Amino acid sequence: MSERSYCVTLTVNGLERTGNCSARTSLVDFLRETLRLTGTHVGCEHGICGACSIMLDGRPVRSCLMFAVQADGHSLTTVEGLSQPDGQMSILQDSFCETHGLQCGYCTPGMLIAAQALLDRNPNPDEHTIRDAIGGNLCRCTGYQQIVDAIQLAASRLAADRPAANQPAANQPARAQSAPAGTTGHDKASHRS
Amino acid sequence: MSAPDTNSPSAFLHIGKKRRTKEDPRFVTGRGRFAADIAIPGMKHVALVASPYPSARIVSIDARQALASPGVVSVLTGAELARHTDFLPVGVDAPKVKRYPLAVDQVRYAGEWVAAVVADSRALAEDAAELVEVEYDPLPYVIDPEQAVRADAHRVHADHSSNILFHRKFVWGEVDAAFAAAPHHLECRVRWGRSSTVPIETFVVLANWDAGAGLMDVWASIQMPKYPDQLARALRLPGNAVRVHFDVDVGGSYGVKRGIKHTVLVAHLARSLGVPVRLIEDRLENMRGGDMQGPDRIFNVALAYDDHGVVKGMRIRALDDVGAHAGRSPLQLGKPVGAIIGPYRIPCVEYEPCSVMTNKTPQEAVRGFGQSPTNYAIETAMDKMARSLGLDRIEVRRRNLIGPHEFPYLIPSGTHYDSGDYATVLDKALTQADYDDLVRRRDAARAHGRLAGIGISTCLEPSGGNSSFEVLFNPKNETTTWMDSALVRVDLSGSITAVMNTSTSGQGHETLVSTVVAEILERDPANIRVIHADSLNALPSNSPVGSRMAIMLGGAAAGAARRVRANLLSIASHNLGVPVEALTYAEGSAWVTAEPDRRLTWDQLVEIAHRKFHQMPPGLEPGLQEKYVWEVPTGGGLPTADGRIQMYPCHSFEAHVVYIEIDRDTGKPQIQRYVCGHDCGVMITPDIVHGMTYGGIAHGIGAALYEKFAFSEEGQLLAGTFMDYLIPSALEVPSVSITDHCTPSPLTTFGQKGSGEAGYLGGPAAIASAINDALAPLAQSIDELPMTHEALWTRARRDPLEPVQRGHAPSE
Repeated sequence: MSERSYCVTLTVNGLERTGNCSARTSLVDFLRETLRLTGTHVGCEHGICGACSIMLDGRPVRSCLMFAVQADGHSLTTVEGLSQPDGQMSILQDSFCETHGLQCGYCTPGMLIAAQALLDRNPNPDEHTIRDAIGGNLCRCTGYQQIVDAIQLAASRLAADRPAANQPAANQPARAQSAPAGTTGHDKASHRS
Repeated sequence: MSAPDTNSPSAFLHIGKKRRTKEDPRFVTGRGRFAADIAIPGMKHVALVASPYPSARIVSIDARQALASPGVVSVLTGAELARHTDFLPVGVDAPKVKRYPLAVDQVRYAGEWVAAVVADSRALAEDAAELVEVEYDPLPYVIDPEQAVRADAHRVHADHSSNILFHRKFVWGEVDAAFAAAPHHLECRVRWGRSSTVPIETFVVLANWDAGAGLMDVWASIQMPKYPDQLARALRLPGNAVRVHFDVDVGGSYGVKRGIKHTVLVAHLARSLGVPVRLIEDRLENMRGGDMQGPDRIFNVALAYDDHGVVKGMRIRALDDVGAHAGRSPLQLGKPVGAIIGPYRIPCVEYEPCSVMTNKTPQEAVRGFGQSPTNYAIETAMDKMARSLGLDRIEVRRRNLIGPHEFPYLIPSGTHYDSGDYATVLDKALTQADYDDLVRRRDAARAHGRLAGIGISTCLEPSGGNSSFEVLFNPKNETTTWMDSALVRVDLSGSITAVMNTSTSGQGHETLVSTVVAEILERDPANIRVIHADSLNALPSNSPVGSRMAIMLGGAAAGAARRVRANLLSIASHNLGVPVEALTYAEGSAWVTAEPDRRLTWDQLVEIAHRKFHQMPPGLEPGLQEKYVWEVPTGGGLPTADGRIQMYPCHSFEAHVVYIEIDRDTGKPQIQRYVCGHDCGVMITPDIVHGMTYGGIAHGIGAALYEKFAFSEEGQLLAGTFMDYLIPSALEVPSVSITDHCTPSPLTTFGQKGSGEAGYLGGPAAIASAINDALAPLAQSIDELPMTHEALWTRARRDPLEPVQRGHAPSE
């Protein structure tokens, strides 16, 4: 018996994409193997580690816990969609680079999605709120500290960039300059208790 | 190499400066290239059939149904694989403890791979794996390591004389006399639970055999010394028939991404089937049958000491349960020989490591290679000594710490510690933590009936990764070099490319190399490209293990860059008509020191090297590139008859101060303050060093409080998913303060020491110290990791108002 194939059409990072898969194909496998969007990673395949996090209609979900056919007709954002088409990083991505909020980079796409989802609903989160928001995303390299620093930095830079009007937080290009001295990195961590 | 250029990081151009890493942009934009991201058209996929029994004879394997399943290409058994491959290397002299990727005739742990199914997709392979019928004849098994050492125990490998892989009592100094003379002794038993660093990426390997070229290409998520060589041997291929692509990004390793059995299996399948084959471990395979389980140790520590808490002698017995096969795991008892007295002035030591096999998942290398469990054992004994004398734990440490003017310090087991200022780092950590305030806070919490404790640990991170434990633990192994290397090339356009020779799993080696090369050549590190050679292009390397890359790769890159710089000066000297000593070099240009207008710029020098042979000094090769292969400083020696040897060259130091409160109702510990004082000499990229230290502390929190590969008495793994093997999240890991100190190493290029294991080496000891301080008013203690919520809750139920004597040693 061969498996029946289903045609799935969805919008990924603003582009309509179509592919065929079996009913049991997980969304993350569809993204990675069928659409070749390998930025989204697979860590545990049982919904704990969060490496496969993506945005589905603006909300973060675990793409290992969804079937691709369930995403038919929906709109997705993956890590590839956080930056501009020309590769220019978002403020959040740039902030991760500034604080070195990653090491091996494997959990990073999921971590960025969780952080972006937080900043979309709460532009000024405190440390506990940040830790809570990424509490479902496991990282083994960083001990989370420079990730928390990155999200705090991104929030402050987004606030500085947001004049009167409410702009959407995602897909804003990063400013060229680095963060002001003294607001990032180790010194800040050292002084916090 | 020469002595350090300076003792002050501020004297460097690029080293020690805030710098964005070269690697981060590709990862935050989803452009990493991990092994599972690589796909070759026509590639087939592997699923594994695992044994449900911890010990059984394989009676038969019937693959007919599986082979008839849709999309199935092949089913491979262990017997078939063993006909075409040689067994995997054993770290100690135990030739009859043979291990193959798939079990041959007998399974020795639940989860051991018995057969491999190859199919068009991973899902189809998994479907078919369920249809492979294996008939087993269950055999006796042994799960408990203390049972396994007994003469009448079931033998995990019947051909080996017992379950013991390695057992030796080392005596360094007059230990018996010290114990006889000392007024006080204590003895304690502590247990390090089976845990490991568990990266978020599982192990992945893709192999492709080109029959025309006779070449096996391998892309894998590895951090493994001598992997290409081991693979070629197992496949019975010449070394130059295997090409390992080191440019694959590795999604975390911290020691565990070994994957040799996976690779032999997949490479054999690719060769025998004539198709590219990929294996992606699922999480259960990773944790039960992969290379994911770490040290599992019972220590007996005895101290002899005087009335002031000065240690006069120490005995350590370590029984390590390595599971069903040998691999390199017994050697994890060997590395701690190089820091067996910790940072303390202990004049004589007896060390009795014993490596024993059980019917459990084999142990593999984990961050620290056995040092963190050993540090935990020593630190626990130090705390108990302080309590037994009614002395302060910090004061006791101060009385034993090696002083800043005692270096190089020769320890009883033969290693010289290079440098350090341990007491100063401890003081810095205490100041940063506001220790007096922590004491007040703890005492106030106790007065309100809460359980609160302060933890302290001081310990070493041996670094510079050498192989001396191999020659110490296996007389037939004479590996006395553990070199690393780099190549630096300046192209015709003047751009610099540096070549490193291993894979990277998050340590930021491209940033390291570019910073070091930029320091020597005085060019912008942002414009220096760093690439990973494949194994056929590579210079000799021993991979990023043993906290070695800042020292070894950094030293090699500096060495190659210095040769390039010398060539540039030689060209300038020849063309400007003055000796090299009369020249100044800065930012790529060279000029006559006395006449700064007589100069050659970087572009001019490069052009001469690449185009104008008529202007080249006699004897200098055209083009501009140099390699450098560096032996581990202090390396190269064999052990003495009584087992003394220089282990690693450099010794970083860390002091942890932790404040924890335990919820009496739930047993949940909350880490409310965490400070780490850290001295790894000159930091090349501080953000990277700090990041690894924070991560090491998080690993330590996991090992101390949460993570355990628990087994049932029947040998079944009880923690094979992230729902029962608990990895700390951002809510369990607190904000941590690091306070840096810099005592340069006299042995390295810039005074750097290693830092890849930082935080993990003293974290578990400090957390255990805090928990036991919190439990002390209840006259309770726990000497086993992890200190689970249940264990804490059980002890916290004691009546808080019940009077207990302070300063009393609870369990010695």
